[in-house]
Amino acid sequence: MRALLIDVPKCVGCGACVAACCEQNGLPLEDSAELAPHHYTVVRKLRTRRGEVYYRRLCMHCLDPACASVCPVGALKKTSQGPVVYDPSICMGCRYCLQACPFDVPRYEWDSRAPKLGKCSFCAERLAEGGVTACAQVCPTGATVCGERDDLLREARSRIAAEPGKYVPRIYGEREVGGTSVLYISHVPFGILGLPENLPPEPLPNFTQRALSQIPPLVGSAGLILAGLWWLTNRKHEVARKESAESAREGSR
Amino acid sequence: MTRLRVLFWRWVALAILAAGVYATVVRFTKGLGAATNLSDQMPWGLWIGFDVLCGVGLAAGGFTITMAVYILHLEKLRPVVRPAVLTAFLGYLLVIVALIYDLGRPWNIWRAAVLWNPRSVMFEVAWCVMLYTTVLAVEFSPLLFDKLGWRRASRTARAAMVPLAVAGFILSTMHQSSLGSLYLILPTKLHPLWYSPLLPWLFWFSAVGAGLAMVIFESGMSARAFGRALELDVLEKLARAMAVMLGVFWFLRLWDLGHRGHLGAAFRFSGPGSFQAAMFWLEMLLLVAPAALVLSDRVRLHPQRLFAVACAVVAGFLTHRLNVSTTALAAGSRYFPSWMEIAVTLMLVTLGIVAFRFAVRHLAVFEPAQKPVRGGQTLRTAYA
Repeated sequence: MRALLIDVPKCVGCGACVAACCEQNGLPLEDSAELAPHHYTVVRKLRTRRGEVYYRRLCMHCLDPACASVCPVGALKKTSQGPVVYDPSICMGCRYCLQACPFDVPRYEWDSRAPKLGKCSFCAERLAEGGVTACAQVCPTGATVCGERDDLLREARSRIAAEPGKYVPRIYGEREVGGTSVLYISHVPFGILGLPENLPPEPLPNFTQRALSQIPPLVGSAGLILAGLWWLTNRKHEVARKESAESAREGSR
Repeated sequence: MTRLRVLFWRWVALAILAAGVYATVVRFTKGLGAATNLSDQMPWGLWIGFDVLCGVGLAAGGFTITMAVYILHLEKLRPVVRPAVLTAFLGYLLVIVALIYDLGRPWNIWRAAVLWNPRSVMFEVAWCVMLYTTVLAVEFSPLLFDKLGWRRASRTARAAMVPLAVAGFILSTMHQSSLGSLYLILPTKLHPLWYSPLLPWLFWFSAVGAGLAMVIFESGMSARAFGRALELDVLEKLARAMAVMLGVFWFLRLWDLGHRGHLGAAFRFSGPGSFQAAMFWLEMLLLVAPAALVLSDRVRLHPQRLFAVACAVVAGFLTHRLNVSTTALAAGSRYFPSWMEIAVTLMLVTLGIVAFRFAVRHLAVFEPAQKPVRGGQTLRTAYA
């Protein structure tokens, strides 16, 4: 399983990753701090007490993605190599994925008559050919690295340990919503980078699964109970009808 | 005077339809962005929150009444079966129309039937809509067959009523609850006053309560519009059942908030969260007060008061659904539907009312007997 490690203090904000992303995906290169259907990744600048901080935002490529689990037609899928990929040809545009994403990543072509979702595809084709993502390939400082998730977790831990007191002693994405394929280490709190700090360690699809798994037994028992009730009340009615018919016959006699 | 009033409402309806047609053209030629105030943070607006969540919920009278009559043999309720089935059928047809407006790529809607993703609640919702609309169509069909004089078709459809009532109950229960389950995947995005693992159950109980209120509401409206006597002895029974359902809803809601330790969020009367707290109390007041009032004979057996209570329950139900779909989301307080979203919704409601009136005029929706008939036997012959 491939992953990306984003080392926030190493980023100098040169924007090479954004340019490479636009070239790779045939998107217009514009200066923007906000994700958009045609901005799969952005570099944001933040003024803090520790000086200027540059950081990237892009799809987190969750290990058990909420977006893929809620898609009724399976237009979003997690591939075995790591990317969460989107197939617009079968998408019906219900936008449950936008609603369900805990990171508010997917963007929608609101002004199109045939709207599509826009988000980072983790350069799925490049990975399939054994390469790395376009953004990781061009990063001059090692702020974005592409590799095996286990190796990157080890790398992140050693970077944190090598400079005690520099980093927040935690890897964002290691456990959040069951883990993500994009990992962050940072010298400023993750919350101010817009990464939610209140996410459970459990994959979000589990929250739905607990309700869905109750359905088959409930349907079975409801069917049986209803059939039983019908039989009981029907019998009561028939007995009452027979008795009233009998008493009418006796009365006429 | 009455002629003036009729004329006035006719013009209102025409104005709504004209605005709705304009909005329809904009929606399908320029896209969702031009017609709606939806955004990436607020991907579901009025069309999902009202047209779908509320439309399906208010149709719950259909499966509740058919179950009571065909499965439990509560013959007394038979006079309201047809209007309840008609409402549910029209409601579901309008939900499908609203979905076509709301889906970004509606031409792919059929794919949900072919490409299965059983992990998605939306997949369950899609199948329930398809199957239950079919059930409702068959339940409604005898009225049409009778009008056309197709006796054999009518008899065949009637023979299937018991299994259809069972299927209707199961599909509706799944559908009503799954609309709540849609929000289970948002544990961190939905406000704690509304996020709950019990959402599917809360949606079910409130839908059955509001569905019964809707039957009372319609009986009142059509009694006025068509000068019929009100079946108060029937409606009074429905009101009792409604009170029980809302009571369970109320109990589950408070118990769950207390159990999860979020009851305090309801008492934030200033600062952030106070808007959500106010909306919570509005919802509770509109749903709980009627349930308590209806226990009194002086309310339940009084046509106007009973009608007012039913209106309050419907309003409370709408508040609950809109709270879950809008108020409870962080972006919800910044969202207000565009006039075109409102125009489409009003147009669909208007079309529903027009279709209901048309059906009542031309089909035997209400029993021919105006006065309440005593005893199931007589009623059964009146129906057969």
